[in-house]
Amino acid sequence: MTTTSPPQTGELQLPARPGWPDETGHFGVFGGRFVPEALIAALDDLTAAYEEMRVDPAFLSEFARLQRDYTGRPSPVTEVPKFAEHCGGARVLLKREDLNHTGSHKINNVLGQALLTKRIGKTRVIAETGAGQHGVATATAAALMGLSCTVYMGEEDTRRQALNVARMRLLGAEVIPVTTGSRTLKDAINEAFRDWVTNVETTNYVFGTVAGPHPFPAMVRDFQRVIGDEARGQVLEREGRLPDAVLACVGGGSNAIGIFTAFVPDEGVRLLGLEAGGDGVDTPRHAATITGGTPGVLHGARSYLLQDENGQTIESHSISAGLDYPGVGPEHSYLHDIGRAEYRAVTDAEAMEAFALLCRTEGIIPAIESAHALAGAVKLGQELGPDALLLVNLSGRGDKDVETASRWFGLGDREEVDPGPGLDTDQQPTEGAVSNDEAVAGPDAGETA
Amino acid sequence: MTTSKAAERIGAARAEGRAALVAYLPVGYPDVDTSIAAMVAAVEAGADIVEIGVPYSDPGMDGPVIQEAVDRAVRAGVGIRDVLRAVEAVADAGAVAMVMSYWNPIERYGVQRFATDLAAAGGAGAITPDLIPDEAAEWIAASEAAGLDRVFLVAPSSTDVRVASTTAACRGFVYAASTMGVTGTRATVGDAAETLVARARAAAPDLPVCVGLGVSNGDQAAEVASFADGVIVGSAYVREMLEGRGADGVRALTADLAEGVRRAGVRA
Repeated sequence: MTTTSPPQTGELQLPARPGWPDETGHFGVFGGRFVPEALIAALDDLTAAYEEMRVDPAFLSEFARLQRDYTGRPSPVTEVPKFAEHCGGARVLLKREDLNHTGSHKINNVLGQALLTKRIGKTRVIAETGAGQHGVATATAAALMGLSCTVYMGEEDTRRQALNVARMRLLGAEVIPVTTGSRTLKDAINEAFRDWVTNVETTNYVFGTVAGPHPFPAMVRDFQRVIGDEARGQVLEREGRLPDAVLACVGGGSNAIGIFTAFVPDEGVRLLGLEAGGDGVDTPRHAATITGGTPGVLHGARSYLLQDENGQTIESHSISAGLDYPGVGPEHSYLHDIGRAEYRAVTDAEAMEAFALLCRTEGIIPAIESAHALAGAVKLGQELGPDALLLVNLSGRGDKDVETASRWFGLGDREEVDPGPGLDTDQQPTEGAVSNDEAVAGPDAGETA
Repeated sequence: MTTSKAAERIGAARAEGRAALVAYLPVGYPDVDTSIAAMVAAVEAGADIVEIGVPYSDPGMDGPVIQEAVDRAVRAGVGIRDVLRAVEAVADAGAVAMVMSYWNPIERYGVQRFATDLAAAGGAGAITPDLIPDEAAEWIAASEAAGLDRVFLVAPSSTDVRVASTTAACRGFVYAASTMGVTGTRATVGDAAETLVARARAAAPDLPVCVGLGVSNGDQAAEVASFADGVIVGSAYVREMLEGRGADGVRALTADLAEGVRRAGVRA
């Protein structure tokens, strides 16, 4: 842990917001509310209660206490020089959200929303989850605050993230596998909305990312911006300057918004979001929504999404369950369109190479989601050269991904496969590689290399 | 300004001393032609208005019955083009053709283009379950220019302010969701529906109010018809298709419902 407190943590006020969204939740043409009328009253109530809570000193004090004593904030910034040798000599700093309680940035948001749930007098929370990190975080906050908790998770995801299903159940949550549609995160969100509209009297929907109808994109951003508020202070304190670029992976985009927001006014700082390129954005198998999608409406907001000519959502593909989502938060679409942030795609193979690289050079096992940001740093560092200072959000730790990584690298029972592809940039691990679909096919999938 | 086809038909039903019957079926289950034949059967058996469902990949307001049918239609690539063919068939059969669509398929097709093509196909308008008037400026302008009805929803949770603003934005009728929940058949429709209808009437005395969610048989239709201008039935129709009874099943269900909407007598 760092020995000094960054300026924002513990202060009894949230920093000023950017000039968006407007009062009705629009980020330019993006955002808004595209939901059944039955949910509008709940969204209005939630917005009003949240606006009241966010300036209430009692809330801010309790939120700051939980962040410090329960989550373990502030999270440190770690320089990774051996990893950086593969980044064109640029210096690389990691913001260590992987060290938070529950293992990712997701806890920042759920503690805020769980406090809000208690404040509005509801006793039950529901959540969607993809990789399971948001589900685990919600189950954790529910256990802490005595709320009943139901988590919707696509059946496919319950299989590829079985460890997190067990964690949620240990924490007392009910996990409901969703068997409709593509059986992944987008269908879990649909099912959570159906539960909410039916049980809205007693139930609050703890949304996991900066997507969905207003007020979720703005509220989740406010709860996640602590990442960038801390990091900006930490980098200034240790380097006496701002980073040249801030990098984060983008699925729905909450960790990216979390670290970007503090830097948005710093025009000299490049903001780079790394989307999940799957097999490549020139193939049908990816989840790079801004890079390869078009504007439309999904899950309550207008934003970029992957859709066909009929306006049907296209199923996304990524080795990372947490990025395997065909939509993206509306603020990212806005930051893209106004040119304040740029978005690039990272393929499964590039992400796994960066995953292995960080493991073996620095002794840190990242979440596969975060490995996409690391792969972005390798490329951007090579573009910018030795003087560049890169800040990368290490949004989660990779314990949950050990099985997927073992299959990818051909580890496991047989030891004859060299687990070192990540150290050799010329080697493409295609022989040992398995796609998501294959990865969930059974315990022996991917062992044929 | 053209008159509202939906309001005109509901008014004609009232003149006969009954509520209007509104039947929902999605295009493309089990295939486009069979679904259109089922819609025509509903019209022949007494449906006044057909809600022609646009299949959508993420039907957040629908329960398992409708999800199952539209999922198959989505996978078969059914789109607005097929929907417009159903609109023509329903209008030719003599009923009021209303498209029922989540917003994204319309936005993707093009709002202006959709309004133009729907009017040209003889459609009366559209019901948009996940589009609230607050987000509907483009659709309100396009439907107004094309002389189309636009139906928004009110729910038991809607505040008086929202009931007023939503009914003010409607043209043709307002869709009153009987309960808090998703589509599907229910044992009882509940008291919330009657209260909501009264609130909608208080806000907009001249706008017909049709009630949907949970109605599946003649007895429930009679109950709803005693206080509403129209009775909307969806999942019960889709179940006829899912269980393979096709146009014959649709015809029998329509006969039962049509008897129901006539049983209650019209409100004063």
